[in-house]
Amino acid sequence: MKLQRNGRTKALAIGAVALVSTLSLAACGSDNNSAKTTSSASGASSAAAITCASKQAPLQGAGSTAQGNAVDVWKAAYGTACSGTQVSYNGVGSGAGVAQFNQGKVAFAGSDFALKATDVAASKAVCQNGGQAIDLPMVAGLVTLVYNVDGVNNLILDGPTSAKIFDGQITKWNDPAIAALNPGVTLPADAIQTFHRSDDSGTSYNLTSYFAKTSGGAWSYPASKTWAGKGGQSATGSAGVAAQIKQVKDSIGYVELSYAQNNSLKTASINTGAAKAVDATAANAAITLGNSTVVGTGNDLALQLDYGTKADNAYPIVLVTYEIACDKGNAPATLDSLKSFFTYIASNGGQQAIADKGYVPLPTPVASKVQAAIGNLS
Amino acid sequence: MTSSPPPDFSEKSGPPASTGVRPPASTGRSGQSSLKGNSRLGDSVFFGLSAGSGILLLVIMAAIAGFLLFRSGIAISKDHTNFLTTFGWDPDNILKPSFGIAVLAFGTIVSAAIAMLIAVPIATGIALFISHYAPRRIAQPFAYLVDLLAAVPSIIYGLWGALFLVPHLNGLMSWLNEYLGWTYIFKTTDPGAPARSLFTVGILLAIMVLPIITAVSREVFRQVPRAHEEAALALGATRWEMIRTAVLPFGRPGIISASMLGLGRALGETIAVATVLSSSSVLSLHILDAGGGTFAQNIALKFGEAGPLGKDALMAAGMVLFVITLLVNGAARLIIARRKEYSGANA
Repeated sequence: MKLQRNGRTKALAIGAVALVSTLSLAACGSDNNSAKTTSSASGASSAAAITCASKQAPLQGAGSTAQGNAVDVWKAAYGTACSGTQVSYNGVGSGAGVAQFNQGKVAFAGSDFALKATDVAASKAVCQNGGQAIDLPMVAGLVTLVYNVDGVNNLILDGPTSAKIFDGQITKWNDPAIAALNPGVTLPADAIQTFHRSDDSGTSYNLTSYFAKTSGGAWSYPASKTWAGKGGQSATGSAGVAAQIKQVKDSIGYVELSYAQNNSLKTASINTGAAKAVDATAANAAITLGNSTVVGTGNDLALQLDYGTKADNAYPIVLVTYEIACDKGNAPATLDSLKSFFTYIASNGGQQAIADKGYVPLPTPVASKVQAAIGNLS
Repeated sequence: MTSSPPPDFSEKSGPPASTGVRPPASTGRSGQSSLKGNSRLGDSVFFGLSAGSGILLLVIMAAIAGFLLFRSGIAISKDHTNFLTTFGWDPDNILKPSFGIAVLAFGTIVSAAIAMLIAVPIATGIALFISHYAPRRIAQPFAYLVDLLAAVPSIIYGLWGALFLVPHLNGLMSWLNEYLGWTYIFKTTDPGAPARSLFTVGILLAIMVLPIITAVSREVFRQVPRAHEEAALALGATRWEMIRTAVLPFGRPGIISASMLGLGRALGETIAVATVLSSSSVLSLHILDAGGGTFAQNIALKFGEAGPLGKDALMAAGMVLFVITLLVNGAARLIIARRKEYSGANA
């Protein structure tokens, strides 16, 4: 009798443990599946632009999660057209992607950052015939400053002011610095609630790059994917930040354009010193990208983004992520497929296919350089 | 107060229950030896299966511990600062990797402690209600309802916490700040900011562990020997006195065991904490202020973009959580072992 009773308790306890562990496993699993939608419509429309490789082979890539949604669109369209070349892309993060590339595990890597000299040196072990890894800008976007302030609909900020807001140096919405940029706008006397990313992110890196360049010293930290500013609250992922901005009055944060659009958040315009404050739109970001300079040599097309641009209608907080491949000596088995896939994604059709995912199609001058570099891959 | 030494039951179960805590184990073992001559194929197969399961568990635990030890050894040797006392988390800084667990350990323990403080009394109350107060017609569906809470995925708790609980806690926060601010702990430095604090996480965790503690405690309360209860009532005890003198002493080790199961979940909860908490590398005793972090939450957030050393550093954090959980569980076992003589659970 006693035995039975105790046994029941134990079974229950074990059941509870099992339940708990299943739950936490499920929770871990649900972490990474952020909106992996493949748009078959855009895939079908752009299928015409795809020329399959003469020698098809499966392609493996790994790296940045920021371009994950773009690669998903591309691989669906490309895989439909060229069934022999199934592309798989593992969003393991930029650093891990480059590391896998340098170990020869993947045919290409996706990275939020241009290659470091040490990475290029390490790549010489994988790239044959004296080749080395190069950066090909492929997926561009922009970071918007989103805010939720009643009665304010066309907020204008500039580099120093936004840096001070995000570093807790400006704490009230009616601060003279903000008022000076927004003449005629009635700003509330409420405290500013800032939100930043709690996870490491290329979005934080690009925003802090902008601050470092344009804040005139107000942002005293280096550009970093780990948030360093003081004060404010943090939230997980762009989706988390967007949800907080939507919910919390008098708040300001930063997310990629698609999150601002999907959540109908108000985006701040940037006073860059140009004649008119610049709105956060894909078209305006494309102007800055078109004006950026190539700092890579040879076929390496690492871009120096002009965060301090003063050109008309050029939105300064842009981001670009790269595909990494060897300029010479790519693995012979996948070279044809790699060139064919890259040719498609750098083409107008490929770039337009990701436009509705909140990315910015590469401006023609950049795209043509990328296409030329892809032609030279061997 | 102290229940009289438990009567007649030990005689029934046959072999001398000298070791105590887990009578089924001792009866089982002695039973097996006395039946040795009668062994059949089924016996040896079942013995192999159950022993195999036990060994498998040990192997898995050893593999996890070994893996964590190895990876964290790599990370800690490269840490330029004290791993135990550093607040920040910057392992992928090439020039000077620095990371420490001070904030994470503090946040993990504080949030779990808040959860326990809230959940254990409530869960005990619910369990008593189900086992001793509610009419059978209500008790059964009510028990199912509580169990259902355990089946809700933690991301749902996280979303509910972030989108519903946090905005609705502002009133409670300002009340605590106003009337209990003098305690330092409940002082708010930034009134009006969203309540995405360790305290809120504690409340959320309390709700998440409630069903586990309730379910186990309820079963333990149901096992209280009817004779104990009737004896108490016959001596003129009211129902509350009967529960105090017969049920609670008997159930105490069970409540502790149940709490440990709940605590394990609270310490390791990941995604709900990551969704609700506004993490920062600030260690503050103001538990109403947004900030801090927990081990599991930090690992979930940093893993995606972590470099090679960053991943090892996260393993090291995982190692510490593993050790903390072991210590807490060990402490609980000690408490149970110490208490068993007085509680009557070994009857």
